[in-house]
Amino acid sequence: MKFKALTAAAALIVAMPVMSLADPDDDQLVINGDLEITTKAAAPAHMEETGIDTIMSGWHFRSDETQALEMDDFDNPGMIFVDKAIDTWNAVEGSAGKSCASCHDDPSSMKGVRAVYPKWNEEAGEVRTIAAQVNDCRKTRMGAETWKYDGDDMAAMEALITLQSRGMPVNVAIDGPVQAVWEQGKDLYYTRTGQLDLSCASCHEQNYGNMIRADHLSQGQINAFPTYRLKNAKLNTVHARFKGCVRDTRAETYKPGSSEFVALELYVASRGNGLSVEGPSVRN
Amino acid sequence: MASGVKPRVKAPKSAAAGEVVTIKTLISHKMESGQRKDKEGNLIPRSIINRFTCDFNGQNVIDVELFPAISTNPYFEFEATIPEAGDMKFTWYDDDGSVYEDSKSIQVG
Repeated sequence: MKFKALTAAAALIVAMPVMSLADPDDDQLVINGDLEITTKAAAPAHMEETGIDTIMSGWHFRSDETQALEMDDFDNPGMIFVDKAIDTWNAVEGSAGKSCASCHDDPSSMKGVRAVYPKWNEEAGEVRTIAAQVNDCRKTRMGAETWKYDGDDMAAMEALITLQSRGMPVNVAIDGPVQAVWEQGKDLYYTRTGQLDLSCASCHEQNYGNMIRADHLSQGQINAFPTYRLKNAKLNTVHARFKGCVRDTRAETYKPGSSEFVALELYVASRGNGLSVEGPSVRN
Repeated sequence: MASGVKPRVKAPKSAAAGEVVTIKTLISHKMESGQRKDKEGNLIPRSIINRFTCDFNGQNVIDVELFPAISTNPYFEFEATIPEAGDMKFTWYDDDGSVYEDSKSIQVG
């Protein structure tokens, strides 16, 4: 009898469609009941050889409870940091006696910025991330001390700037002057590192939707950064996440803000062209 | 006073008489447990919100005691029956004696 029951159970398992527990869901992300977010989109043309035809926000890979935290700004703990950044935005700092607001008025003037960064800065002759731009502003225009690249102040300010573009499609340029950097980022994406010999693609291209120990592997999209993580109860920046990932391959990591990570950010951002800017988001 | 403390409340602006409404509250607070040590090995003194209350027109709705195991930025969500129009008063009590307040008016009709 017991044997029969076991056989029946085994048969049931075999009969179930091949679907892993970690597969992304089909929920729809609507924030505050009115802002529809594009969390699934057709892959951009440059991803043709990757075999991915639909790009997906990491939101789809999280549990219903975690997803719900992002659907109402009051429930989203990332908004606490946005509030702090608004105070910082208006606070005068540095030898020039200026605040962010002195030049940029209201934070809403930053609308659209997050969607196109990292981007080429003609004057500096380099690819700039938002964080690099913020620190450049602090140093040269405000005469203030620069922030730690992936520190709390920077993460909060990035969240405030990101929020202004929330819902707009990510659209970073990959050609023209940035092309060389983009190619470098692509190389890094496919370069295996560390004792575990893993590249970004090993997990986020070939194995998204599978479990990595107890966690779900997403496509590694960065459209939703900065991200409030339940595990450390604070906002996390893209470069801090890159660092964590590379460290997990048991490699020496590049530094947040380094040219390598800037290139990787540009490349990974371009893999999300078409998804909505979603930050500040909530993940576990 | 602990730094960066800011109370937030989300409540409906109006309700039908006798309706049960959902109230959400959150206060940003570091909720230092008193168990952690700093780099030199000295105990960081406890600094938490130890009590939270909500009153409606002077009548108590909830009264909560908080303890050190509650994590940073404590969030409370609860339901309340609104019998008549009035003011909902929220109060948070800090270990250091500070009291943070917020209030919301709710119309009936």
